[in-house]
Amino acid sequence: MADQAQAHAVETLALREQFDTAAQQRDAVTLGMWVFLITEVMFFGGMFLAYTIYRDIYFQVFALASSSLNAVIGAVNTAVLLCSSFTMVLAVRAAQIGHRRALVIFLILTLILGFAFLGVKAFEWNQKFQEHHVPGPTFHLDGTAEQGHAQLFFSLYFAMTGLHALHMVVGCGLLTWLLFQSLKGKFTPEYMTPVDISGLYWHFVDIVWIFLFPLLYLIDRHLGR
Amino acid sequence: MITAAAQERENYLNASYGLKSWLLTKDHKRIALLYLFTITLFFALGGLFATMIRIELLTPNGTLLSSETYNKMFTMHGVVMVFFFLIPSIPATLGNFFLPMMIGARDLAFPRINLLSWYLLVIGGLFGLFAMLAGGVDTGWTFYTPYSTSYSNTWVIATALGIFIAGFSSILTGLNFIVTVHRMRAPGMTWFRMPLFVWANYATALIQVLGTPVLAVTLLLVLCERVFHIGVFDPSLGGDPILFQHLFWFYSHPAVYIMVLPGMGVIAEVISVYSRKPIYGYKFVAFSSLAIAVLGFLVWGHHLFVSTQSVYAGMVFSFLSYFVAIPSAIKVFNWTATLYKGSISYATPMLYAFGFIGLFTVGGLTGLFVASLGIDVHVTDTYFVIAHFHYIMVGGTIMAYLAGMHYWWPKMTGRMYPELWARLSALVIFLGFNLTFFPQFILGYLGMPRRYHTYPPEFQVLHVLSTAGASVLAVGYLMPLIYFAWSLKYGAVAGANPWNATGLEWKTPSPPPVHNFDEIPVVTHEAYDYSTVLGEVEVG
Amino acid sequence: MADHTEHTEHIDSIQTYGAVWILLLILTAVTTAVAFIDLGAFSVVVALCIAVIKMLLVALFFMHVRYSTRLTKLVVSGAVLWLAILITFTLADVWTRGLIGTPGR
Repeated sequence: MADQAQAHAVETLALREQFDTAAQQRDAVTLGMWVFLITEVMFFGGMFLAYTIYRDIYFQVFALASSSLNAVIGAVNTAVLLCSSFTMVLAVRAAQIGHRRALVIFLILTLILGFAFLGVKAFEWNQKFQEHHVPGPTFHLDGTAEQGHAQLFFSLYFAMTGLHALHMVVGCGLLTWLLFQSLKGKFTPEYMTPVDISGLYWHFVDIVWIFLFPLLYLIDRHLGR
Repeated sequence: MITAAAQERENYLNASYGLKSWLLTKDHKRIALLYLFTITLFFALGGLFATMIRIELLTPNGTLLSSETYNKMFTMHGVVMVFFFLIPSIPATLGNFFLPMMIGARDLAFPRINLLSWYLLVIGGLFGLFAMLAGGVDTGWTFYTPYSTSYSNTWVIATALGIFIAGFSSILTGLNFIVTVHRMRAPGMTWFRMPLFVWANYATALIQVLGTPVLAVTLLLVLCERVFHIGVFDPSLGGDPILFQHLFWFYSHPAVYIMVLPGMGVIAEVISVYSRKPIYGYKFVAFSSLAIAVLGFLVWGHHLFVSTQSVYAGMVFSFLSYFVAIPSAIKVFNWTATLYKGSISYATPMLYAFGFIGLFTVGGLTGLFVASLGIDVHVTDTYFVIAHFHYIMVGGTIMAYLAGMHYWWPKMTGRMYPELWARLSALVIFLGFNLTFFPQFILGYLGMPRRYHTYPPEFQVLHVLSTAGASVLAVGYLMPLIYFAWSLKYGAVAGANPWNATGLEWKTPSPPPVHNFDEIPVVTHEAYDYSTVLGEVEVG
Repeated sequence: MADHTEHTEHIDSIQTYGAVWILLLILTAVTTAVAFIDLGAFSVVVALCIAVIKMLLVALFFMHVRYSTRLTKLVVSGAVLWLAILITFTLADVWTRGLIGTPGR
């Protein structure tokens, strides 16, 4: 077949048949992940908009509700996620220079830190459940008559941290897959794009949390409630 | 002459057989046909709901349907037509098929994601279909809260889920197109040598990627509110229903540009070929596509003029809405200028293009009326607005879609459609369309509200005219369905370039081989360089 | 057709990444501590500024935007810009309600 001869004889992971060179594929896949991340920015953005509006018009109640969250636990969890970004970028670096053992170790560390973050989150959510801060018929926040507005804070809290946690779970899934592929030796300095773009995804999820933490946990803490 | 041997040549249609070879294909051309089949079914479904609406409106007293059922009819008509037909239509069929070929690529950047996009549309559509069969949804395609979140007892959740899933189909298509245009152009195919159809789909892809996620999160919040009663849009908890409208229209206004921009891209191609001239002002037309994509995101508040949106914001949105008309006008001027001193052929695609220019202009001008705060207060939520957007969506987009289908049919199938029947249907569609929707401008101006199935008797004449037009339009749409199918077996066999068009897609055999090009072309000439193609347009 | 590679030619040292990591942790501590100080309306400004700095550190160094193509930088700026459009235009409505009264009222 004449056109088959012009196409690649063998399609490999690093050079799929629609691409001409491995570099083109790398560029295309990386661009694809960045474009996907824009969609994620806009996806979370809708909730950030809702949060911005309601915090602006119900400032007092939001500050009260925010102070019921444990800022220290939130800060520690933020640090955990930042550490996981550090181990992730070290994993990417290891893949870039072909250090398979280091890649595997850093992927495992990132996974552990990711699970730690999720564990702390689960603990926090459980606390909210105990304190009757989950929106619904049993909701009650002490210290304000505006229970509706207080519920709004917690609706957004659960929606935003929940969406974030969902993305973390997906991220952990990606990392697990990467781990198995690394153990099988699939990644080389010439072909480590999946590690690279998973790193981009992981860092993005971290950035979302970098904004969620101060916005949700640190409203008006100075009022010392 | 085309010989029987050439007909037997291997192409993307006969290279492999069996259901699996279609359902698991990575070939953008096959995926385009999968989409074609799917959206045609959705168009028929949406048309069915439209039929119910128009029959009901024949009489002033609502004899056929109850109010509740009527609410479901217009809701489901809108949901199906917007989310499962118009949004995918041109990009997923003609764009999928021809964008890679036009830039000299073997396929899109991510063929498997392309296939996933199709599956997502089908799955989303199935959720929507389930909702409709199980009892329907009655919130209007706009899902305004708190009715959709707190009060409606219909299948809001299933429908919203269906749209949510289909939204990801749209996002992934956009992502695929953006990466493909940036990274997979053939050697020599610079940005300003690309056909304008590619520019149009690229601009559309930008909108899909930037806007659809906001719709997705909004629907997610509506779902959470219905299921968990979280109350983000619930006034009794302090929530703001206008926030829903802001979030909804942030996507849904740019969405109308997702629906019309690809059509404009088709028109550019068609006008050029059937005038035997390059498009006048190529760069202006290319940049105007980008301008529409960007400006389209700055005007959504014009859907909120009569809500409690601040008048100050309304003024800003109104002002910006006038701006977004400018790039559209630039396109109309440039297409018209292309015709000047051109060698005009009246082949069917050109007839649809003429129809598009006229009807889109009417739709666009009436858009200016509703962009004005003062006029909109009177005509909003009336049939004036309905006529306005149907002139653009149906008179514009669907005509452009048909223009493209006829223009590229020989390339996709290797067959010519019957020209006489095709011209006749174009005429029937044009007449039917105007009879259906022009009376609606008058109805709206006189005060007939939208989404009402009972009305004062003095409006009946206009409604009857509109319904009559709709029946003619329905016949007009059935005709291509029949003769396109007929042409697959009995149509004249088409050569590689029956229209003597420029463009890389015409340099391949009809139908194209699986890998598009035997050798990746090296592009050395500008777009629409007719000196490279001999002969006039041959019309059957 | 682009035959350039993105960031794979630039491989940062562990020290660089480590420095960014420490800086991120310090900024987290700072933002938490500052929240307990009364800055009035500036609290949110400071919190957001610190968050933006952290975001830039992660994006530029960990996500290699420092070394990426102009296109990638355009994509990142586009995302931020579009989010800004969504938020500012909607706030333009919320903040000006009641500013200009309805005629006749």
